[in-house]
Amino acid sequence: MATDLHQARWKKGAWYAGLGALALLVLFPVYMTIVRALSQPRAYVQAGQPPWPVHPEWDVFTRAFTDGDLGRKFLVSAVVTVCIVGGQLITATLAAYAFTFLQFPFRRLLFFVFMATLMLPIEVTLIPNVQTIRSLGWLNSYPGLITPFLATAFGTFLLRQGFRGIPRDLLDASQLDGFGHLAFLRRVAIPVTRPVVASFGVIAFLTAWNQYTWPRAVVTEGRWETIQIGLRTVATQTIDRNNVGFAAALLAALPILLLLIFLQRQLVRGLTTGAVKG
Amino acid sequence: MSEVAFDGVTKRFGDVTAVDQLTLSIRDGEFMVLLGPSGCGKTTALRMVAGLETVTEGTLRIGDRVVNDVEAKDRDVAMVFQSYALYPHVTVAKNIESPLVARRFDTGDGSPRKLTSAERAERVTEAAAALGLTDLLGRKPAALSGGQRQRVALARAMVARPAAFLMDEPLSNLDAKLRAQTRIELVELHERLATTFVYVTHDQVEAMTMADRIAVLSDGRLQQVGPPQAVYDRPHNLFVARFIGSPPMNTVPGTVVRSEGATSVRLGGQSIEVEGLAAEPLADGTEVIIGVRPEDLVVDAAGQVEAEVRAVEWLGHERLVVCDLAGHQITIRQAAGDDPVATGDVLPLTADPAKVHLFDPDTTERLN
Ligand SMILES: Nc1ncnc2c1ncn2[C@@H]1O[C@H](COP(=O)(O)OP(=O)(O)OP(=O)(O)O)[C@@H](O)[C@H]1O
Ligand SMILES: [Mg+2]
Repeated sequence: MATDLHQARWKKGAWYAGLGALALLVLFPVYMTIVRALSQPRAYVQAGQPPWPVHPEWDVFTRAFTDGDLGRKFLVSAVVTVCIVGGQLITATLAAYAFTFLQFPFRRLLFFVFMATLMLPIEVTLIPNVQTIRSLGWLNSYPGLITPFLATAFGTFLLRQGFRGIPRDLLDASQLDGFGHLAFLRRVAIPVTRPVVASFGVIAFLTAWNQYTWPRAVVTEGRWETIQIGLRTVATQTIDRNNVGFAAALLAALPILLLLIFLQRQLVRGLTTGAVKG
Repeated sequence: MSEVAFDGVTKRFGDVTAVDQLTLSIRDGEFMVLLGPSGCGKTTALRMVAGLETVTEGTLRIGDRVVNDVEAKDRDVAMVFQSYALYPHVTVAKNIESPLVARRFDTGDGSPRKLTSAERAERVTEAAAALGLTDLLGRKPAALSGGQRQRVALARAMVARPAAFLMDEPLSNLDAKLRAQTRIELVELHERLATTFVYVTHDQVEAMTMADRIAVLSDGRLQQVGPPQAVYDRPHNLFVARFIGSPPMNTVPGTVVRSEGATSVRLGGQSIEVEGLAAEPLADGTEVIIGVRPEDLVVDAAGQVEAEVRAVEWLGHERLVVCDLAGHQITIRQAAGDDPVATGDVLPLTADPAKVHLFDPDTTERLN
């Protein structure tokens, strides 16, 4: 008994040490970005690029906003991200529901075809999609930035996995109670799979917020640049002011950081359990 | 309060015929048990009544309405699922309330309407009190024992005051002791509510102890309907004879022998008397299957047939004696106090001629 406990404690210690090392590895670039954001660029190079700030300039963050017009870019990114996440949550939930609970001809085949789109990297669809958007006159516009991402095979797959854990009897009981499919979805399916829905929401947010290739392709005017595109503009201005670029990068990552902190518990539950207990 | 009537009801899933030409009339207020082995179509029959499966052929009536095309929610029935199907994310109170939220109810003035939240709360309180759940209303299903979950499922069924209760093996997830106790509670509940119960089970003990009438199903077909005692005493065919009773009825092939003054059945050089056989139109030499329940075989010095003891199983209050009779294995049930028997003994056996059953080996139908 005692030795078992002892061993368990050792094991736990080893785990924590390992995880701690990994965390350091992951956090190091973030730390260096903070260092570079705070250091005066020329002084930092002269000091031999040490892993701590040199000649801190505290106004870089406000300068990032004014110099890089980050306010406007944040707004564009926020609108695009919220619309994409909202749209994906709606379409993925409905599609996953249909693929799980409804009977219709060619259901398996359709699901398979739908999932196959997961295999196509964005580079493959980029050119035809840009042409479509251009012919619709949607370059440099919200519809152009948002529409191609309103449906998601990945989200549909993830939510379907969650829904499949819901016992069929619950749907039957809900029907006897007089609720239709939409009511069942809203009252039972989504609440019961909330961790999965929340993790998908976070992943969708992350992906949408960090998009780069697509906005680059359909935006030609500075006014429609998203934050990630804007970073590039800020960063490439001059070497002298690269600390502003680093500061802007930190600001751009802030919403995601906040989201992860708020939804941390949901996210972990969603990714580890996924299924629903009966 | 409603009668439930199947009239030539068939249900097919692709090539599988789950329910085949079922004609069965369940009376208003009756406790009807659908009994049969796994896969015989019991659940499918029940789900058709609930409106969860469509009817392929035939008509299904609840009360005086044909409900083939009536939606589940408008059938005025409640179902208790084998898994209980409680909503895991809401409290017991919300679970019990759920049938009241969306449906319209006739509250006496003839025009159905949605219940107010006060009316709903009152009904939930009442149903919870009836099943001893008052203290558990705030809990989630995960925090309940199996028995408590089962009662929540019952309360949820009661709360809408349905015309019929449909139950699919509601006791199968309980342990033996709780099951016995719940059987009694269900019978009491049935008496209190005076409503039609349609109860599905593969457990003959549940069927025998609770049913007003039992409908025995096999392969989607109705084999026999009747009060438990009648089904036990006069099984209509070999399937029912062997399915009901534990240990099952002994069945041994034999031949009818008709001679001047006496008619009997011969099995392997011995013969046994059957009441009323002389009156039956069975020709001399007809092949039959003869059936006698284990408790109807009596050891008696004047016994007509002899069987050799193979094994004796003690069960405390009784013993089962497994014997060989003309090459067939049979079981005799004896009280613990009967004369002891040992392996290798040859027992002279007799049976009350009124308790001997004869079946046609080809059609498996009862002959006497
Ligand atoms: N949705 C379905 N699709 C195809 N076949 C089905 C479906 N539901 C039931 N069946 C088939 O119909 C037959 C009867 O099934 P049912 O569930 O009614 O049996 P049961 O008597 O309730 O059995 P059990 O005691 O195992 O619950 C079985 O052969 C089953 O495989
Ligand atoms: Mg079943």
